[in-house]
Amino acid sequence: MQTIYILWQRQVKKYLRSPSRIVGTLGQPLFFLLALGYGFGSIFKQAGQGNYLQFLSPGVVAMSVLFTAVFGGIEVIWDKQFGFLKETMVAPVSRINTMIGRTLGGATVASIQGVIVVIISMFFGFRPETHYLLLALLFMFIGALLFTALGTGIASVLDDMQGFPIVMQFIVTPMFFLSGSMFPIEGLPKILGYIVHANPMTYYVDGIRGLLIGGNHFSLGLDFAIVTIIALAFLGIGSYLFSKIKA
Amino acid sequence: MIIEVKNLSKKFGDREVVKHISFNVERGEIFAFLGPNGAGKTTTIKMLTTLLPKTDGEIKLNNFDPEDNPDEVRKSFGIVFQDPSLDTDLTTYENMEIHAVLYGMKKEVYRPRIEELLKLVELHDRRGDYVKNFSGGMKRRLEIARGLLHHPKVLFLDEPTLGLDPQTRNLLWNYIRDLNQKENITVFLTTHYMNEAEKMANRIAIIDHGVIVDIGTSEELMSRTGTDSLEAAFLKLTGHAVREEEGENEFRNMAKMWTGKR
Ligand SMILES: Nc1ncnc2c1ncn2[C@@H]1O[C@H](COP(=O)(O)OP(=O)(O)OP(=O)(O)O)[C@@H](O)[C@H]1O
Ligand SMILES: [Mg+2]
Repeated sequence: MQTIYILWQRQVKKYLRSPSRIVGTLGQPLFFLLALGYGFGSIFKQAGQGNYLQFLSPGVVAMSVLFTAVFGGIEVIWDKQFGFLKETMVAPVSRINTMIGRTLGGATVASIQGVIVVIISMFFGFRPETHYLLLALLFMFIGALLFTALGTGIASVLDDMQGFPIVMQFIVTPMFFLSGSMFPIEGLPKILGYIVHANPMTYYVDGIRGLLIGGNHFSLGLDFAIVTIIALAFLGIGSYLFSKIKA
Repeated sequence: MIIEVKNLSKKFGDREVVKHISFNVERGEIFAFLGPNGAGKTTTIKMLTTLLPKTDGEIKLNNFDPEDNPDEVRKSFGIVFQDPSLDTDLTTYENMEIHAVLYGMKKEVYRPRIEELLKLVELHDRRGDYVKNFSGGMKRRLEIARGLLHHPKVLFLDEPTLGLDPQTRNLLWNYIRDLNQKENITVFLTTHYMNEAEKMANRIAIIDHGVIVDIGTSEELMSRTGTDSLEAAFLKLTGHAVREEEGENEFRNMAKMWTGKR
């Protein structure tokens, strides 16, 4: 328990201490809200879909959680390279607890980032329309766990940061774009529809949207179930890969 | 006997880098591994400290086997790795505190212990500072203090003075000798500096190409080789040839490129 707590605290402390990292990761969501939220707003309305900013903001929130969380997991590579990982590997603690501590830490950081983006999007005119904000926070955190575990698993098999751009381009970015974060997923072309339905991020975006403004595509129950099950699966796989890291 | 090693081997693929070595270290002893680059010193330490599985042989550290009882072994030793292992985004105190918690220490126990050790290595006035701003010597001192925090029975020091100036090296060895005497800690060290081994170690094992070529006090090594300095004895035992590490490494680098492994 103490191990988990101190490693959780380490992640959170490091995040809160680097304002440049907080501000840096807010650039992307700002850009999406500005360019897309305002830029596409009129087309979206003409198409009879309502207010695009209301639709887009939850997607951008989910996106920030995704990127921050995967990045938090990937930090394992830094610990490999700068040596801190060895310190945890010779300590009399189980690798599972080490992994749980850092994953909870990474997920906490990503959730804080998500909340900051909700607040920012409110400056752009976004208004939550439900009373499920606490539930939304919980859901946000479960998804953050999923993505942190994904990042940790990937980092466990990579040896240096050289593979990082590949991960971002071929895993994280497609997860974001092919998830309905920016467009409604009704009536998509067949192949695209399949990909979108196979992407866990789709259910995450849908859940967050449902909890913030209502009107899910799937049911909230399904979103919760899928995101939670995949989070557990990734935590399992991530822990396994993490436990196999060689000195 | 705090460390017993019998017939220990390690293979990486087909390459045997530690070849059936045997040695013992007595409780309270300062024991040194001396050997050229690539001799297998770090690999041996990794097997003793639960970081690498052995290929063959037997290890007992504080009467526990690193593979059967890793946590008991882990509690028994402290280590300063050849490469840095601090979290430089954290402060001195935070690095120490994480270590204490990982080793299951209670706050009332670790607080005074941290204070004491930071005073010993003269970092007490820097306890709230970020480690990223520290010099190499300060980081080393902090790593030594951290390695001692949980009252280990054995302290492993893998080239602890690498890249440090003579003043800092001197200071470090003085702490270590002090601790060895005051807390009766067994010290297992590796170094490339003959004079350090000669000055510090009760016994020295000369290791080359994964084999222990001789073991004894520096006087014994000198008299057995008919030389009058440890350096001369070392060169006589290990030869003048520069290690063909480059060749092998080139091969390994190629393998790395193909497999993406490091
Ligand atoms: N993970 C590994 N995979 C393959 N070969 C390895 C691995 N680790 C070490 N080796 C090889 O094993 C040999 C012994 O390495 P080791 O690091 O133990 O040497 P050392 O005595 O500590 O040398 P140095 O004085 O340079 O630190 C070297 O030839 C090295 O290239
Ligand atoms: Mg070495």
